Amino acid sequence: MNYTNNQSIFLQIADRICDRILSGEYKADERIPSVRELAVEMEVNPNTVMRSFERLQANEIIYNKRGLGYFVSPSAGEEIRKMRYTQFVEEILPTVFKEMQLLGVSVEDLSKAYERYINK
Amino acid sequence: MIQLKEVSFAYKRNTPVLDKLNLKMTPGHIYGLLGKNGEGKTTLLHVLCGLLFPQQGDCRVMGYVPKERAVGFLQQIYLLPEEVSLPDVTIVEYGRMYAPFFPDFRKDIWDTCIESFEIETDRRMSKMSLGQRKKAAITLALAAHTPLLLMDEPTNGLDIPSKAVFRRLVASSMNDEQTVIISTHQVRDLESLIDSVLIMERRRILLNSSLDEVSKRLFFRPVTADDNVFYTEQTPMGTMGVGENVLNEETPVSLELLFQAVTQQPKEINRIFTR
Repeated sequence: MNYTNNQSIFLQIADRICDRILSGEYKADERIPSVRELAVEMEVNPNTVMRSFERLQANEIIYNKRGLGYFVSPSAGEEIRKMRYTQFVEEILPTVFKEMQLLGVSVEDLSKAYERYINK
Repeated sequence: MIQLKEVSFAYKRNTPVLDKLNLKMTPGHIYGLLGKNGEGKTTLLHVLCGLLFPQQGDCRVMGYVPKERAVGFLQQIYLLPEEVSLPDVTIVEYGRMYAPFFPDFRKDIWDTCIESFEIETDRRMSKMSLGQRKKAAITLALAAHTPLLLMDEPTNGLDIPSKAVFRRLVASSMNDEQTVIISTHQVRDLESLIDSVLIMERRRILLNSSLDEVSKRLFFRPVTADDNVFYTEQTPMGTMGVGENVLNEETPVSLELLFQAVTQQPKEINRIFTR
């Protein structure tokens, strides 16, 4: 796995797990691979994967069954979309707006480009 | 696990390599030991395993005094040196010779390493290339499965795929009771593998912290003139800076930037980490 420079490794791992839940690879109420299995697959420290799991658990995307491992929450898909929506609005949009201002891109330009994109 | 108090060591009188060094380490972590060439990383590893005797200070490792070289201590520690010297036998015979010294030896890890590293089992190790010999040495180091594993520049001499195999093998073989210390200056090889960092400079440990703690206390990101930072570096992606993380940002720890920041601004680091 390759790690980009702009996000903590533990957040990137959490993101990969979310992708797998959204794609249906990990299904609701099914067990996800253990900390060690993911650490080996991703060539990272098990403690780092544990941090990713803690974050996902705090966001109610996975839950822990003592002694059995971690399972996908039934509402995981919804929680992930909610989380990513917030991230998009709070982190990505401001950088887009900043660039628009800098380059003089108007809201009309943006909306035309969006029209073209969804009608493609 | 490891406790060093005011430990000093000098090869030559009046030119200490370790100078009143203090260090405390807990099990269950993979520590990256970083330092410039000749700053005493190897010396420190050798003191920890009883190869060198400190002239001053108190050194305790797993309850033992390393220089006494008790059998119980030697069974629980493994040092993988940077330049390995192996007997002129095949890896199978090598395992047969050395496994009995280590009560925690794990045949399953041994087999996995040989398979993952694609080590030829019927070839004498003296006929192997440097990289292959290194893989054979790593195989014993991981399979010995000692509570304390010291590795001095383990990725030197490994090709690119083998470095990935190495990371996978370490991640899969280590458990919560083990402590691994990896000395390196190839920080990119190990950035994702270690969870704690020791930075050595001027004969002492300047920083001993988990990366978790580092990311709580410092930020690492592109910066503008308005940002309050104490170390910056020009890169193709703009100016990267290190500063005190007062806004609870979650930026990725860059070991290279951290190393530079710690060695160039030790006072600032000390202030932030002792708050």
